[in-house]
Amino acid sequence: MSAIGVAPGLGPGGPGGSAGPAPVRRGRRRSTPFFLALVGTAYLCVFFVIPLVSGLIVSLMTGNPDDGYTFTWNFGIYGSLFVDPQVPYLTFLLRSLWYGAAATIACIVVGYPVAYFIAFRVSPRWKNPLLMLVFISFLVSFIIRTDMWAFVLASQGPVVTFLQGVGLAGKDFHILGTGGAVIFGDAYNDLAFMVLPIYAALERIDPRLGEAANDLYAGKFRAFWHTTLPLSRSGIFAGVLLVFIDSVGDPVNSALLGGTNTYTIGQAIQDAYSGNQQYNVAAALSTVLMVVLGIILFIYARVSGTDDLEDLV
Amino acid sequence: MTGAVPGPDLLRGLTSARVSRRGLLAGGGAAALAALLTGCSIKGSAAAGAEDTVDWAAFWKDAKATGTLNFANWPLYIDSDHGKSESLALFKKETGIAVDYQAVIQDNATFYATVSPILRAHGATGYDLVVMTNGFELTQMIKNGFVCELDHSRLPNFAANASDSVKDPIYDPGNKHSVVWQTGFTGLAYNPKYTGRKITSLKDLQDPAFKGRIGLMSDNTELGSLGLLALGIDPETSTPADWRKAQAWLRELRPSVTGFYDQSYINRLENGDTWITQAWSGDVFQAQQSGFPDLEFVTPEEGQMTWHDNMLIPRQAENPVSALEWMNFYYTPKIAGIVEDWVNYVCPVPAAEDYVRDELDDATVADSPLVFPSADVLEQSHEFRVFENYDEYSEWNGIFNAVVQS
Repeated sequence: MSAIGVAPGLGPGGPGGSAGPAPVRRGRRRSTPFFLALVGTAYLCVFFVIPLVSGLIVSLMTGNPDDGYTFTWNFGIYGSLFVDPQVPYLTFLLRSLWYGAAATIACIVVGYPVAYFIAFRVSPRWKNPLLMLVFISFLVSFIIRTDMWAFVLASQGPVVTFLQGVGLAGKDFHILGTGGAVIFGDAYNDLAFMVLPIYAALERIDPRLGEAANDLYAGKFRAFWHTTLPLSRSGIFAGVLLVFIDSVGDPVNSALLGGTNTYTIGQAIQDAYSGNQQYNVAAALSTVLMVVLGIILFIYARVSGTDDLEDLV
Repeated sequence: MTGAVPGPDLLRGLTSARVSRRGLLAGGGAAALAALLTGCSIKGSAAAGAEDTVDWAAFWKDAKATGTLNFANWPLYIDSDHGKSESLALFKKETGIAVDYQAVIQDNATFYATVSPILRAHGATGYDLVVMTNGFELTQMIKNGFVCELDHSRLPNFAANASDSVKDPIYDPGNKHSVVWQTGFTGLAYNPKYTGRKITSLKDLQDPAFKGRIGLMSDNTELGSLGLLALGIDPETSTPADWRKAQAWLRELRPSVTGFYDQSYINRLENGDTWITQAWSGDVFQAQQSGFPDLEFVTPEEGQMTWHDNMLIPRQAENPVSALEWMNFYYTPKIAGIVEDWVNYVCPVPAAEDYVRDELDDATVADSPLVFPSADVLEQSHEFRVFENYDEYSEWNGIFNAVVQS
């Protein structure tokens, strides 16, 4: 924990210029922060509070697409979606959380070494090209990228044919249409969101800290475990936020790579909104998803103890 | 924000005679907020509907001919030679009307969700002609007065050349609002290489040998209709009790099903992920022509579904006369033949068969029973259930959604 406090002190420059601003009249000085906060507040209002509140309002409406929807304080909808519902939304929610968690872990396992390699093992002139390679797949449309995997993972596609050819898979083996394919798609599409923040965190670490650890008789692994990993924690935290939130709510990977038993909450929201025009159901599901994600990430933030939120980006 | 929560101070303030300024503000704020919220609503489709009756004879008499037509259609649904359409070019040559053809419709529900708020507010969608499948959304378009009634005196070619199978359909009696653009069949398609035998019946789906290799459609209407046909029930006249029976049949089949697909089902069949799949005739015909000659389309013993994509003129269209003109222009053997030779669904103009064979020299299309079906194939084809109201539709949806979503 204390390692975080050490890092800036060792870094070049340091937080200079603490001489303080020139004395100004007291009243103005007091009001300045409020004026400065105005832009941020307006931004939050327009892009966060208003959509959030309007979503909440729509979720409390009753009606149907034919007669329209009216606001009736229908809190009962939240219960009806999860207690003995026609459609098992709770199953979809739990399934989505599981897919999201699995994709996030997969991203950390794959993304951390990539970020580490680019940050510490590559000469500076190769860093930018390699980072470019990490997000070069973003140049192709998200849907196309995902749909291409449907071809690669298909039963007559190269992967399954190869596995069957070398005897690792039976005749009935298939990847496409399974939960594994969906998790793979989620992880694949979000990998860059994990690599980049971790890279940014690793890049800030002073290499001399590792040397110091070695001087203090720490082996390679211990040096990594006790200095590098804790110092990159903020990067992992940011990556987890980005990947987990994105994967849990995603309707595309499960639609394109999934099968009969991979229906997710994202698909349920999409189908409720644009398919069946059940605006209240869609809004209520979104609200529940948001609250559940909020709680999980709040707990995660408390447990992982990240208090330096400004380091996140 | 805390002021809005009625704490003990506020309660006392409101119940006692002495109302503090703060309490008054908070109470008033809460009341105003509540009033604002109860005023909140999303208008339904029915709201705009029947309120205005239009004198359509006068409407068409007053409507002015224009030089443009904005045509919204589905992707890959008109003849195209390097991006140029011969039929549209001929239309321009003959009538002087330039067509802005836009392939913007991907599925009925989403398209309806996009245009219905505009039409409800009596706004213009920007389209003069749209193509929608017979289904709940099309019924809604008609019922809510979102489309123009057609002037059949200006559609002589339709009367002369249209197939009987597309005249006076159950979903739009007398073709009052719509004429068919394309028809198609929903049957089964399979790959004999994997199945190893001929597929003839919906019962074949239950064969344990095909477990995990069956593809079905995620579209509720198609899925439910297949279940009904399998039980020998005509979907058109089915009742909610029948729907539940079909649901049970489909649920029993579910463990054998690989996935419930949208348009991508055809790729799954081509890839070998599915061996037998619910399929649209035109897709299979096109797949056969483009590298998958082995694939077979069958009309199951129990029958198949037939659907119609229809041309409609939305209200507030800027160029309704052009749209009507195009409808009439399309219903000739020549133009329908040119379009059909490319699109390969079921042609609404039977006489186009000779044009395709003799003039376009394309016997493959002309002889295909999928494009120009015989009378007994049409005999085995059933129409979708027409839903009277939202509750009925919603009941159907709830029943068959439960098969897809679990």
